Amino acid sequence: MQMSGEELINASRAEVWDALNDPEILRQSIPGCQSVDKVSDTEFAATVKVKVGPVSAKFNGNVTLSNIDAPNGYTITGEGKGGAAGFGKGGADISLKEVDNGTLLAYDVNASVGGKMAQIGSRLIDGTAKKLAGEFFAKFNELVSAGPEKPSAEPLMAEDAPASEPSSVPEASATQEKVAPPPAPDAEKAASPDWMRPAILIPLGIVAAIILFYLAGD
Amino acid sequence: MSVENGIGASVRRKEDQRFITGNGHYLDDINRVGQAYGYFLRSPHAFAKISNIDLTAAKAAPGVVDIFTGADMVADGVGGLICGWGITSKDGSPHNAPPHNSLAVDAVRHVGDQVAFVIADTLQQAKDAAELIEVDYEVLTPVTNISKALAPGAPQIHEEAPGNLCYDWELGDKAAVDAAFANAAHVSKIDLVNNRLSPNPMEPRAALGEYDAGSEELTLHTTSQNPHVARLIMSAFLGIAPENKLRVIAPDVGGGFGSKIFVYAEETTTIWAARKINRPVKWTSDRSEAFLTDAHGRDHVSHAELAMDNDGKILAFRVSTQANMGAYLSTFASAVPTYLYGTLLSGQYKIPSIYVEVQAGFTNTTAVDAYRGAGRPEATYVVERMMDTAARDLSMDPTEFRLKNFIQPDAYPYETPVIMTYDSGDYPLAMNLAKEMIDYDGFAARKAQSEANGKIRGIGTAAYIEACGIAPSAAVGSLGAGVGLWESAEVRFNPTGSVTVFTGSHSHGQGHETTFAQIIADKLGVPIESVEVVHGDTSKVPFGMGTYGSRSLAVGGSAIVKAVDKIVEKSKKIAAHLMEASVEDIEHEHGVFSVAGTDKQMTMGEIAFAAYVPHNYPADLEPGMAENAFYDPLNFTFPAGTHIAEVEIDPATGIVDIVDWAAADDFGNIINPMIVEGQVHGGVAQGIGQALLEGVVYDDDSGQLITGSYMDYCMPRADDLPSFRITTTNTPCPSNPLGVKGCGEAGAIAAPAALMNAIVNALGKDIDMPATPEKVWRAINSN
Repeated sequence: MQMSGEELINASRAEVWDALNDPEILRQSIPGCQSVDKVSDTEFAATVKVKVGPVSAKFNGNVTLSNIDAPNGYTITGEGKGGAAGFGKGGADISLKEVDNGTLLAYDVNASVGGKMAQIGSRLIDGTAKKLAGEFFAKFNELVSAGPEKPSAEPLMAEDAPASEPSSVPEASATQEKVAPPPAPDAEKAASPDWMRPAILIPLGIVAAIILFYLAGD
Repeated sequence: MSVENGIGASVRRKEDQRFITGNGHYLDDINRVGQAYGYFLRSPHAFAKISNIDLTAAKAAPGVVDIFTGADMVADGVGGLICGWGITSKDGSPHNAPPHNSLAVDAVRHVGDQVAFVIADTLQQAKDAAELIEVDYEVLTPVTNISKALAPGAPQIHEEAPGNLCYDWELGDKAAVDAAFANAAHVSKIDLVNNRLSPNPMEPRAALGEYDAGSEELTLHTTSQNPHVARLIMSAFLGIAPENKLRVIAPDVGGGFGSKIFVYAEETTTIWAARKINRPVKWTSDRSEAFLTDAHGRDHVSHAELAMDNDGKILAFRVSTQANMGAYLSTFASAVPTYLYGTLLSGQYKIPSIYVEVQAGFTNTTAVDAYRGAGRPEATYVVERMMDTAARDLSMDPTEFRLKNFIQPDAYPYETPVIMTYDSGDYPLAMNLAKEMIDYDGFAARKAQSEANGKIRGIGTAAYIEACGIAPSAAVGSLGAGVGLWESAEVRFNPTGSVTVFTGSHSHGQGHETTFAQIIADKLGVPIESVEVVHGDTSKVPFGMGTYGSRSLAVGGSAIVKAVDKIVEKSKKIAAHLMEASVEDIEHEHGVFSVAGTDKQMTMGEIAFAAYVPHNYPADLEPGMAENAFYDPLNFTFPAGTHIAEVEIDPATGIVDIVDWAAADDFGNIINPMIVEGQVHGGVAQGIGQALLEGVVYDDDSGQLITGSYMDYCMPRADDLPSFRITTTNTPCPSNPLGVKGCGEAGAIAAPAALMNAIVNALGKDIDMPATPEKVWRAINSN
């Protein structure tokens, strides 16, 4: 699955930057995000719980950052396991650019899925990924424009997403112990990749939601 | 004199009453007290090494009885799954058959490969526990396309099969073919892909394993087309239990199409596990698993060339094929692209020399094995697409080109250059009948009318031949088969005159309970209501080879006839004794025994009663009336015929509308015309499915199966099909006592070639199956 696009965020680059640093905003933007845990400066583990239709499941994922060129862009690669649902893995190139009325966030996602999700839902993944990305950015934009002090309590599509729970439920302990791929040399050079830590959840959340969307249709 | 419901009568199928009223006994209907449920954890990866499997959390999950991995089965001495037909490569080496464990050991080689078997009190508990199994995979780069797998530098799937090659096989006289091509006036060429198919029987595979600790007997209820073969393999090669302690029962089975011939990992694991936990275990495949693990069909890539003289006479034919075996060699996989394929490349034609070479290889896909037709549809597709291409190249009418090259009705027995001896047939008759039925000569006018309506019309012919009645044991033995392919039967009279027929054939939709009963009714005058046909239970029926390759009537039916002959022979002695005549004077017809030249007669029922109550009985004769027989065919049978398809294509949408279909099939003698017609309908429907709709697709990079549900794998439906014009020609088969040839696969063999020839005829350019609207539209709109 390949998907690329640009989103105009209705805020200054600095505000977008801050928002990308704000795990609470991202957690709310991504359906069902429960936790994010740092394994190292460039490796993270995350848990996303998603409910689509009658299906509810939890996703554990590992994410690695590379090609870090703060504040212009970076590459995220990651893999999420959804148990019987199969797995999703892939990466995204993301960049931020100042424009007249805000900040342009460009993304170029390349993801693949395996197991049951590939078997059942391959045909519709592209369309669904676009839809989910659109929903993510709409929420993200809304939250960033509104300012960090008044985030919405409504999850987007995760009906039982724990929007009011603390942002760092330490749930994915088993996942944390998983050995992530070694970080790319570029990533090691970047001294402080803090700013994009929560952003890793964007593709992960999309993949997780897609998986569950199709399981629901099984 | 004819008998009610005898041979030739369109008797309604006896078994349908219970099927359509929900009273059949399929695997899902059979359950045991205390039964546990098994669930397979399957690989989500196409190719990966397994570095560790952690069962700790899963084993502690609620309801879990036990969880097994490949290591457990190996430790228990369970052998791997086998391939029962050895193919020898050009260089004399045996084919590469890498180890195939029921549960993966160290590596998984296709998406869906079995990793662990979880057994719990409920299916949901088993599924939930499977979620807790931690498998560490080291993911490797997969290859799913056969041409890529056989190319240098491809990922190596098995250590034991260098270059992923299973075998490199040949048949025919290469030098003679090359010489003929060198001197040919015309040479036509074609490249073809025979698309991979998923079998999709209505009932998915299932197994119920039971162990009796007292008798140490294992009983496996399973969806098998050949329970004795399953028992033999599980016993002799996997070491599950000795044959006398292993009972395999295949009850009502909801379709097979070949996919239930094979001995699979799941059934094997289920029966093994039942003993390990000393408790009945039930496993039922869901449809997703069926897509992943039921052996697929076809998947050939072929190049063919035909040499002709100036008059359009065929001089020689050469074919080069790559056949995808999948990740492991399935039970009869090796035979399909060789002795069930290469041997049929002479088609219905007099071709002086033929050469075929087949490279079979491994890929990270589900195993490929026999599927309705098994090798013969692939052969027919190559031959018949080739014939249309040649006719087009020569600017000849395709039917005229065929008629010119047909083996003539007076040429039998006809020996082909690819080791078959055709025994009977009348190919021109069938073709001319089919042409008449579809008004072939009126096609030009219909095409013009379509054109006026903005549509593109095409007509296509396939003159197929198949080798059925599989098979003479000595012949197949010399070609590498690990078994004989005879069939068994027992005809047992009960004292009150009803009959139980035990057959080694297995019915999973074919209607044996009716057809076989008709044979008994006809031969012995017993009403079919009084005939019970028993099949599918190794503890009830004599060892039999099962049902596939359109063999049940030609081989299984012939075994019944042999047993009937013994009954008649014995009955004559009893009748002679009771009617005080000499045996030579006893005449028999349809169960009535009479003394020649008198009005004295006795019925079969009276004689059977006398045999069980032998108060007045020949001194030297055993009491009772039950005879068994084993029938080993003398030759294959050769059903053949012509199917002609007519299509109209909408150039705006690319949708192919099948507007007419004519089929003239030579099945030899026919027992039940209605069942035969049903078989033709079903076969053609499956062939149309292959040509227009179906196709298994794997993602090239990830090896994921992306046609794993009915959302993406399109099966033919009633509105995809035309009304068929069907007739049969009946040249009796000379090699079996019924004179029958077999009809189960013909439609699936003929239809893809006929339909694709029609579409190619309409488009004026080649196109591969499935001819989906998108593909057809692109063909129309490309240069």
